[in-house]
Amino acid sequence: MAKRQKVLVLYLKFPSLEAEVISWATFDGTGKKLHMTGDTDTPPYPTGLDALLDGWRLFQASQAIPEHPGEEFRTSYLKHEFFFEKLEEGDF
Amino acid sequence: MAEFASSGCLFFDELIDEQTNKEFLDDIGHTNIDEVDSVQDFYKNIKATSSIPRIPAGTPLKEAFPKNSPLDKIFKNEVVEGAITSLVGSNTIVDHQFLHITFPTKYFNQANQRQMSQANHQDSTIDPRSTFDVQLFYFPTEVTKEMGGTRYHPGTHLRIVNENAIAKYQNILGQKSIVCKPGTIGIFHSGLWHGAGVNFSENIRYMFKVRLQPTEKQELLWDPEKKYQPLPNRALFWTDETKDQTINDILMRSYPWQEADTNRLDKINVVKFWRLLTGHKKMDVDYWLTRIENELY
Ligand SMILES: [Fe+2]
Repeated sequence: MAKRQKVLVLYLKFPSLEAEVISWATFDGTGKKLHMTGDTDTPPYPTGLDALLDGWRLFQASQAIPEHPGEEFRTSYLKHEFFFEKLEEGDF
Repeated sequence: MAEFASSGCLFFDELIDEQTNKEFLDDIGHTNIDEVDSVQDFYKNIKATSSIPRIPAGTPLKEAFPKNSPLDKIFKNEVVEGAITSLVGSNTIVDHQFLHITFPTKYFNQANQRQMSQANHQDSTIDPRSTFDVQLFYFPTEVTKEMGGTRYHPGTHLRIVNENAIAKYQNILGQKSIVCKPGTIGIFHSGLWHGAGVNFSENIRYMFKVRLQPTEKQELLWDPEKKYQPLPNRALFWTDETKDQTINDILMRSYPWQEADTNRLDKINVVKFWRLLTGHKKMDVDYWLTRIENELY
């Protein structure tokens, strides 16, 4: 039996796992499903906590970076990023 | 104009008449899909035979297209001309143009390629200007949901990102895809996040795009008599629901993808954008800027 990683990236409304999902991405290392940009309009989970409850393991979260002095109003990338994984066993 | 300031996009459904759509399609050699064997040959043929000119970057729009060609007629449409003048002025110049063609699944199968959608991106490169360009889209045929029309994210135009660096956002709450009737025109602020969808239909999807740059300040180009006056302050939080909706409600619209904290900065940036578009350098909506401009030290 081999192991493969599935990765779920959630962007949340504020930096707590209780917050609602506003953007998401899935990459399936088992090769069972090919995910791509724009493939679904509804988030896989309502909040980050719901992903934990479904067995996803958090392995990285974005840091709080203070706004640059003089650039406080500049908006750019989505801020509250959480990476989760699930390992799946099988014959791949 | 407030709608454009808030969402970064405008649509004019079925604006171009049937005859002009037909002329455009005839001109590019639109044909039965069974007669199109290869993607490369199809493009090569259009480039060799259509009236779409090669336009050196920086050419005035007025001189860009051959007289009476389908594109000349489209840009002389009263509404198209009015929208362009309002956004980038009457002496706008062409950055570039392209006829985007999205091919259905069979071409990917033939070429043994994975048929993937285009990732989300902001066009060109990182652009910290206050000045903005517009991208005008023309859809000569109907675009159905399964044809994978351009995906876009209303309200993202003022977020400054570096082109493809937003590709990891596979799906964004509130994402929309263009579904439209033939002859529809769309106009995007050059900063709007977007990407092309996958064409799961049996037909070819066309989208003609022109990027236009202003040559003058984009202040009240949409109000040549300069009649616009900002609205007075209104009550915040303990609000008066009996009051009618105003353009301030459009300017202060929230979008589903915005974070709780950054959403407030997004509103501030719309107010700053509206100050540039109106020339009222101190105007405000809902006290967002007045509050923090009250620096007494
Ligand atoms: Fe693009």
